[in-house]
This record gives sequence, C-alpha cells and structure tokens, in this order.
Amino acid sequence: MLAKRIIPCLDVKDGQTVKGTNFVHLRHAGDPVELGRAYCEQGADELVFLDITASHEGRKTFTDMVSRVAEAVNIPFTVGGGVGALADVDRLLSAGADKVSVNSAALRRPDLIDEITTHYGSQVCVVAIDARQEEDGTWICYLNGGRIPTERSLFEWAHEAQERGAGEILFTSMNHDGVKTGFANDALRQLSDTLSIPIIASGGAGEKEHFRDVFLQGRADAALAASVFHFGEIKIPELKKYLRTEGINIRL
Amino acid sequence: MKVAIVKYNAGNIYSVVHALKRLGVDPVLTDDEAELRSADKVLFPGQGEASQAMSYLRAHGLDRVICSLTQPVLGICIGQQLMCRHSEEGDTDCLGIFPVEVFRFRPKRHEEKVPHMGWNELKCTELVSPLHLPASFVYFVHSFYVPVCEFTTAVTDYILPFSAALHRDNFYATQFHPEKSGAVGEQILRNFLSL
Repeated sequence: MLAKRIIPCLDVKDGQTVKGTNFVHLRHAGDPVELGRAYCEQGADELVFLDITASHEGRKTFTDMVSRVAEAVNIPFTVGGGVGALADVDRLLSAGADKVSVNSAALRRPDLIDEITTHYGSQVCVVAIDARQEEDGTWICYLNGGRIPTERSLFEWAHEAQERGAGEILFTSMNHDGVKTGFANDALRQLSDTLSIPIIASGGAGEKEHFRDVFLQGRADAALAASVFHFGEIKIPELKKYLRTEGINIRL
Repeated sequence: MKVAIVKYNAGNIYSVVHALKRLGVDPVLTDDEAELRSADKVLFPGQGEASQAMSYLRAHGLDRVICSLTQPVLGICIGQQLMCRHSEEGDTDCLGIFPVEVFRFRPKRHEEKVPHMGWNELKCTELVSPLHLPASFVYFVHSFYVPVCEFTTAVTDYILPFSAALHRDNFYATQFHPEKSGAVGEQILRNFLSL
C-alpha cells in the first residue's frame, strides 16, 4: 500500500534557512543542504525548499543550493518560490530538483501549468495554493505569500490546476498556518474527495495527533510542516512510529 | 570500474548520476556504441514518453546496441518499460528483452490516484534477484506498469500487483527509482555495481 508522506519544508534566503533551528548536532544548522541531509537520515519522505529571496543574486545562490542538495540527498525534493516562467523550471530541474512548485505566477497566468506539464510531465509540477477561509465560509486564494486576495475559490482553482495537468496540489491554509492547532481537515477532505491527484496538506501542525487527523480525517496524501520539525518539537522518527501505531501506512 | 549511462531523450538522469557519485563511481553519459560495449555496467534510466523514447533509440541505433549488451544492464522506471515487448503508451513496440506487455493503470476506486507516486513496498518473489531486493519501501513515479510475469523478482501492490523489478540473464530492471529511495535504494545500486 502506498505510504502517507511526511515532508519537512525549508525556507531559504540567500542560501541559508530562515527560521532558526535547534538541530544541536549540526555544525551549520543554517545550511539547507546539511539540514536536508539530516531530515533524510531521520526518515523524511520528501523535502521542500522554498526560495524566499527577492533579488537576482539570491536566485543564483538558490540554484547553486539546489545543485548541492541534488548531490547530497537520496530522496525526492521539490523546490519553489518565485517560479514565474518555464525558464525558471528548466533552471531548477537542470540543477537536479525532482519537482517544482508554482504558486502566484500560475494563479496569474494558468497557462504556465500547461507549459510545464507539456515540457516536463505532470509529475514535476506541484501547484501550491495559499487560501483563507473568509467569514462567510468560502475559501479564497491569495497571491504573493498570502498578501493579495483574489476572486478565485480554492476548490475551483485546484480543479482547474488538475485539469491543466498539475501532478499534485500543495494546499496551505492561511487560517491554520502558524497556529499549531491542526490542519484544515474539512477543506482538505473536500479537495481529496473531489480531485484525482495527490494533496499535500500544509499549515497547522503542532502535535503528533494533528498528523494522524490530517491523514484520517483530511484524507491528505502527504503532510508538510516546518517549525515543529526545525525546532525539534516533533521528531520525525517518533512521529512516524506513532502514526504506524495509529494504523496509518507509513514508511519506517 | 567503468559505468555508462545510456544517453537518450528521456529526461532527468541527474539523480542517477548523483547517486552513483555518492557511491564513488563517476559514470559516463553516452550514446556511443563502443563506449557502451566497453563499460562494466550499463544503466538505462529515465522519465518520459515511450513512443518518443523508442523513436529516438531506433534513430540512433541504440535499440540494437542495448539488446545485444552482455554486461549487467539496469533499466530504471521507463527503462524497465522500454525493455519490455510493447507498451500501451503510444501503442509502442519496445526492445523486447522481457517478452511482456506494459499497460496503463486503470483505477477502480477514487483513492487510487495515477500516477502512482510515492513510497510503496516491495514483496520479493520466488525468483530471487541477484540485486538482493529487500522487503522495504522504495520510491515510485509512474502511470504505466509491467504485469507480474515469470521474470518478476519483486511485486508491489497498487491498484493491482505489478512488477516492481525484473531479471533475465544480464538484464535487470526496476520500476521504482533506487536513486531516490534513500539508503535502501543506495544499497540496491551498490548490489548492482558489485554484480
């Protein structure tokens, strides 16, 4: 049976991981390559590296980092952040990334998804969606890391992304992100029940139980988290053992 | 040891190159017949579409070369599919090293998503592979599969039981990506290199 995936996410700026970490055994905890390799050894199923640099020089540094990750890491990894054109995808795949995530640029110009999947196949194209549940209960997509609201509904956009060839949806609930009270399981379940591509849940992990719930209630295929892993609040080997005892199919 | 990787139009072979380098091997990427024949081991990896890949291999005479290699050859992912007789993908005649057909996954339930992507388990068959395949999780990304047949050395269950690995004479193949399957995959590659 296909295993549910646990995915640590690393935000990278100017070649360094942004959020502090307390990986006490790492000499350079800020080095995304070393951190990625440590997660690999702990049993992470995939890694995600997001470039949060705005500058041109930063982009080059990030691409260099992608090459070093590809050399060092023996599990699949996705890279994203600021991917605006096919040339960016080409640059990142050539550097050795397995998948590329697109977010605002695809929402602004959905043809980008078709272009990526036609050139490289669906399996490389992860469509990342930041959405917030408004007071009337509707889920609205946001641009630019959650700064600019759009008119698009989460479910409608996710469906269009699938039709255009997206290989996976990475859904971040802005209501749940950073709150550590669990994932957006109702919305995730609706996505999972209506789409035929894998759903990666993001935003809200605080306790081990939240991962159990996102798989059992939210029916997510994978769960992504950052700070709970970086700060060692949840250790991946313990999390995976726990999920196994809860009857969830997990790679140990 | 000289290790060659077949150079053709099925993309993303970087991860295989990096994986071999981590094992201390510096592979040559080549479509040259003499180079391929003189290698101690040949890898035939890739992702891509079967009919385009076969057209390219035929146009460059690589179909004939690959089939007549005598050293250990390892096909990975679409490499395994191309080593079969025929693929449903693009109704393509393939290399025929394994006399079996390749089919597209047909999901029976909503939860069965295609492509089959992620970590899934190997179950070894009675045909023991010299690659010493372990009963472990390995990483898959594919929409087409090889049915279980007399050359199957490991089975994985997704929608139906299919061939996760094949072996016939000097030809080995895996549907999963050993180069992306963590320590387990690294060991399988090491076992191939020490055949």
